[in-house]
Amino acid sequence: MSDNPPAKDVPPHQDIPTGKDAPSSGDTPVSSGTTAAGDPSDNALEARPVTGDPTVVGTRHGMFGIAGSGDTSGYGGLVSPILFPGQAERPYGSYFDHVADQLEQALVGTSASFQEAVEQTVVHHGELTFHVRREHLPVVAQALRDHPKLRFEQCVSVSGVHYPSETDRELHVVYHLLSLTHAGRRVRLEVSVPDADPHVPSVTATYPGANWHERETWDFFGVVFDDHPALTRIMMPDDWPGHPQRKDYPLGGVPVEYKGASIPPPDERRSYN
Amino acid sequence: MSTSTHYQATRGAGDAEEGYVLDSVGGDWDDIAREAVEHSDERIVVNMGPQHPSTHGVLRLILELDAETVHDARVGIGYLHTGIEKNMEFRTWTQGVTFCTRMDYLTPLFNEAAYVRGVEQLLGITDQIPDRANVIRVMMMELNRIGSHLVCTGTGGMELGATTVMEFGFRERERTLRVFELVTGLRMNHAYFRPGGVAQDIPPGTIDLLKEELPLLKRGIRELEALILENPVLKGRMVDVGYLDLTGCMALGVTGPMLKATGLPHDLRKVDPYFGYETYDFEVPVRDTCDAYGRLAVRFAEMWESIKIVEQCMERLERNPGPVMVEDKKIAWPAQLAIGGDGMGNSLDHIREIMGESMESLIHHFKLVTEGFRVPPGQVYSVVESPKGELGCHLVSTGGTRPHRAHFRDPGFNNLQTVAAMCEGAQVADVIVAVASVDPVLGGVDR
Repeated sequence: MSDNPPAKDVPPHQDIPTGKDAPSSGDTPVSSGTTAAGDPSDNALEARPVTGDPTVVGTRHGMFGIAGSGDTSGYGGLVSPILFPGQAERPYGSYFDHVADQLEQALVGTSASFQEAVEQTVVHHGELTFHVRREHLPVVAQALRDHPKLRFEQCVSVSGVHYPSETDRELHVVYHLLSLTHAGRRVRLEVSVPDADPHVPSVTATYPGANWHERETWDFFGVVFDDHPALTRIMMPDDWPGHPQRKDYPLGGVPVEYKGASIPPPDERRSYN
Repeated sequence: MSTSTHYQATRGAGDAEEGYVLDSVGGDWDDIAREAVEHSDERIVVNMGPQHPSTHGVLRLILELDAETVHDARVGIGYLHTGIEKNMEFRTWTQGVTFCTRMDYLTPLFNEAAYVRGVEQLLGITDQIPDRANVIRVMMMELNRIGSHLVCTGTGGMELGATTVMEFGFRERERTLRVFELVTGLRMNHAYFRPGGVAQDIPPGTIDLLKEELPLLKRGIRELEALILENPVLKGRMVDVGYLDLTGCMALGVTGPMLKATGLPHDLRKVDPYFGYETYDFEVPVRDTCDAYGRLAVRFAEMWESIKIVEQCMERLERNPGPVMVEDKKIAWPAQLAIGGDGMGNSLDHIREIMGESMESLIHHFKLVTEGFRVPPGQVYSVVESPKGELGCHLVSTGGTRPHRAHFRDPGFNNLQTVAAMCEGAQVADVIVAVASVDPVLGGVDR
């Protein structure tokens, strides 16, 4: 780590439009068509489809992750965007194309078309993610569960993620679906909502097993799942104020005395993040 | 603390609760019984737990009873919530293992495996993990699976009133713990897997110890099997109790032995192999009874399969020496440890290099250990087949030295949702059997 200065924290496979503003959620990013992934790789999971403009989820300041310590290295003024992979380009590889095609067909005749419901399709680390507009989530979930070529019968996990610097998309809810019929296929649905209006329709009508997961996400992030049968806290006490997993909620802790020195609590220690 | 939402989860419990409260703590039993008879026309709400000895940690069951019949069953969890996920956001990627290993304290190595697999996927080094590290991981996990199933069986027997079953279970589990103690230094909360490999190679004598213990372990499991599997009392308590078929399991997101007891051989070690599981010879046992007895039988069968895998691992470990940590020096923590005067620490070679020979090595070591390595931005959901089902880990990185978010999908969390489906309409005594057959560990459920 000492022999060459670490580059900016950006994925190495892209020419990065640094300082680019976060793309508005509406427009479907078009590909920049930089690198070619045309080699027919047998191991499709390893194939990395060309991605369009990456999504900026935040910015990183300085080089060493330290703030307020009087950094004299001269690197303190560096600003680099935190880039998540953007819209993937066909072919996605593996079973992902098939799933996307079938979902498009399954949504025909429902209240939302694929283009309306899915704002972005991301393929990264061998995983398929549909970024779904929240109002269409129940329709998409039902199509994914019920269509014979899809059959994602289980919603194994719901988890919230808080991106404080993504304006109007601060809270993300991430659903992981699993298909038992089709040998363990997985797909991820991601819904982004603004902090000021944290409402997401519940998927418990389609996936009863998501009940506790949605309660947990409400408890920890304050996302309100509309039409959830009993949206109460599940981990924290019923009268607990605030939502502990949000980034603006402190970790808490007390300083510890050790051999005459005082060790501050973890969130107040010098960190290099 | 600042939050921008003003929604209230629930109204707190008020003082003026409706209904007659019958307190059965202390006092003359005759009085209590008479009082109960006087109010027998009312439906009784019983709070089972959160400290009931047969509830696997601190599980609270709220049962609405009509005589002995359970009318409504609700589960209250959260009594063991320790904020592990939040804490992991304040530690480096390597330190995270130390936290997540404490979630489900009966399957520490699986917690570590799910996390470590996720970090490696984010780093893109899954292919670079040395074979030996993967073999050690598989061996440790399978031993852990046996240990977890033995506790499940043992405590399950205890809850039915069979102390011997519990003693046999814990006695045999001790053999797996002996191996863990030798390899990791600890009997639980190991923090033994690390992103990139394992903390250190297995010490000399591990294979010998295993050769000594495995035959005894087999004998012990066989003994336990002979004691309970065809025992008419146990079968009377377990057969057709806690029924949940495949439809119910799919709807409620149930995985693991509960799903396998419905006849579906869904096992992530086969479906989505990791750590080289595709190279081992083992079967996925299933039963089709959908009840507590079927789950017990699946667990016994799984223990035998685990022993088969452990034996294959032993043979590979004997044959193939090699590194146990990834080669990339930017990620690899020193994995050659030695015992010094003050306990386990870095090997003398490493200390000599960083303290006496190379300033660059010292800086590198210091940066790697205190600052940690950076993980490229992105998210993954990594899974392993824990003894209880799918243990998932959703990791989000924003390119820092710490996770932006680490979320664990504990199988017990999902599986506990089935309690209402399995218990309503059954007897109170069956609730115990049904909950035991879920095998929840509240440390994992609440995290």
